[in-house]
Amino acid sequence: MTTKLLGRRLKGALAALTILATFAALVAWRNVAGEARIEPGAVQAPASDGVIARGAYLARAGNCIGCHTTAAGQAFAGGRGVDTPFGVVYAPNITPDDQTGIGTWSSAEFWRAMHHGRSKSGRLLYPAFPYPSFTNVTREDSDALYAYLRSVKPVGQPNLEHGLRFPYDTQAALAVWRALYFRPGEFAAEPKQSAEWNRGKYLVQGLGHCAACHSGRNFLGGTSLKTEFAGGLMPDATWYAPSLATPKEAGVQGWPKSEVVRLLKTGVSEHASVAGPMAEVVFSSTQYLTDQDLDAMTQFLASLPVKQPEPAKTDRVDAGGFARGGKVYEAQCASCHGDRGEGVPNIYPALAGNRAVNLGSYDNLVQVIRHGGFAPATAGNPAPFGMPPFGQTLNNSDLAAVVTYIRRSWGNAAAPVSSLEVLRVE
Amino acid sequence: MLVLLGAAPAASAQAAEGVRPNSTAKVTDSMAQRMQACVVCHGKEGRATNDGYFPRIAGKPQGYLFNQLKNFKDGRRHNQAMSHLLQHMSDDYLRDIARYFSELDLPYPPARALGLGAEQQQLAQSLVLKGDADRKIPACVACHGDNMAGRLPAMPGLLTLPSDYLIGQLGAWRTGQRKAKEPDCMAEVARRLSADEVGAVARWLSAQTLPLGTKPAAASTEPLPLRCGSGEP
Repeated sequence: MTTKLLGRRLKGALAALTILATFAALVAWRNVAGEARIEPGAVQAPASDGVIARGAYLARAGNCIGCHTTAAGQAFAGGRGVDTPFGVVYAPNITPDDQTGIGTWSSAEFWRAMHHGRSKSGRLLYPAFPYPSFTNVTREDSDALYAYLRSVKPVGQPNLEHGLRFPYDTQAALAVWRALYFRPGEFAAEPKQSAEWNRGKYLVQGLGHCAACHSGRNFLGGTSLKTEFAGGLMPDATWYAPSLATPKEAGVQGWPKSEVVRLLKTGVSEHASVAGPMAEVVFSSTQYLTDQDLDAMTQFLASLPVKQPEPAKTDRVDAGGFARGGKVYEAQCASCHGDRGEGVPNIYPALAGNRAVNLGSYDNLVQVIRHGGFAPATAGNPAPFGMPPFGQTLNNSDLAAVVTYIRRSWGNAAAPVSSLEVLRVE
Repeated sequence: MLVLLGAAPAASAQAAEGVRPNSTAKVTDSMAQRMQACVVCHGKEGRATNDGYFPRIAGKPQGYLFNQLKNFKDGRRHNQAMSHLLQHMSDDYLRDIARYFSELDLPYPPARALGLGAEQQQLAQSLVLKGDADRKIPACVACHGDNMAGRLPAMPGLLTLPSDYLIGQLGAWRTGQRKAKEPDCMAEVARRLSADEVGAVARWLSAQTLPLGTKPAAASTEPLPLRCGSGEP
């Protein structure tokens, strides 16, 4: 090898190293940009009852308990796993236990987690903790939440280690993700809008973290302004969180405000009910919000600019399968949803013209038929109606036939679904 | 997921057609209607037969049914369909559901052939009626009532349940898959039984029947042979 060639290679390597180092520095800088230095802080003295009560309310608005508590577990002691395309992320213990919880955290450290997505130790947090939304929460509200969480029963329960695959389990990968998709934000009110509208925006984009599910994500799990509220498959790929940006999906543009408030407060409205992950949201979060706050959220949601989804493909329907679907419908579905999919107001949703039925994604319809379910039991709807889990008696081919029948009858015009596609729905 | 009603009210179309009543004509704002979600598995009105796997729930003590609903919800019993259906329910609603099914008074399926050899039949009958004192196995009747229709407040009736279900439950108790509130008396009993005994007893119980109108026995005034957490407040 000649010296010249060696020199060229060395130069090349140096250039690559420089680029890499610059990139690393940029990523590192992006991850701490805007952070104030945290003084080694003392744990704050107990707050007043009023602040704690406000924190409790805010914890409901953020549905903290939803992830930080398991089905039979103690409140806020963690342990629930969130399935993501990159592996399982387990929510940690956020009770004030010194060893296993956040008992030694100061309010500044808690704020840094909420606002910057970094732990007390400085470790970067996975965005399964929705800090890309919580970053909009004010310091005052963060402190109230902190005060409330300090007041709950401390539980000694060690955190579970995440089950993420390489390279997603590394802090470096997370740092790159954050550099690409996360910016610490500060909620800025829009002066042209009313105080109620701004309150609604603050709740929806902050603690409500609606965008965490109702937005499209790319293959790295990143979101963009373009895909905000545009709907997307849930991180665990079981349900599709419909778009809030079109009344064809879950948008409430043009809805009577009182019906939206009723849906979020009770889980049902005259023509709609919540199911799947949204049933959980109503059950453990929105039913506890005041009418004023729900009204504010409704005002903001109703004002979201409409983005029409791409028109659905209209495949031909196999006549034999359609007829079989009709038989299944008549035997299993018609006694509640009606011969023409008209439903029974306030009891069984109509299927004709039903938004969930006509989604481009058939996942939710398959989930509902396969697993059934009740609307959440709420103060406003304490004894909900329910649907049987037909997965116990119908095979995938019957399911596909009846799903297709429902999606193509009574004016519905969504794409047919094959048994293979039904099988794909987890 | 949000759901929108279709535009056309159906009643008028139906009246004009005048052929047959709409399939939803019988839908009422009632508890029976709400519990339609249960009948696909548990049978019409919750009276599943002794075939298949799903247990009858009609007429079981309210306390027992409530405990099971809580156990499924809180992960002490495992059945994906049940935990899914119960995940967003309040204790008050679970209590109402338990009361509704406990108050149903519906015929039991008829008795049927045991499908047991003479020796197994004797083994089953002896365990059910007398137990095995040497191995500290109480008789089924000692807790579940003389006619095994259950006992208030929270002991289930055993007769006519599908044998696969009974074997499944006793097996789940032996392996720790099914749990009840501590002290978990059935876990102890199940662990003291052999696999053969479980099979024989399950088939024997499944094949018997009860006359219509049989109610669970009154709560025991004597202490039960074993302490059971699920029957205690």
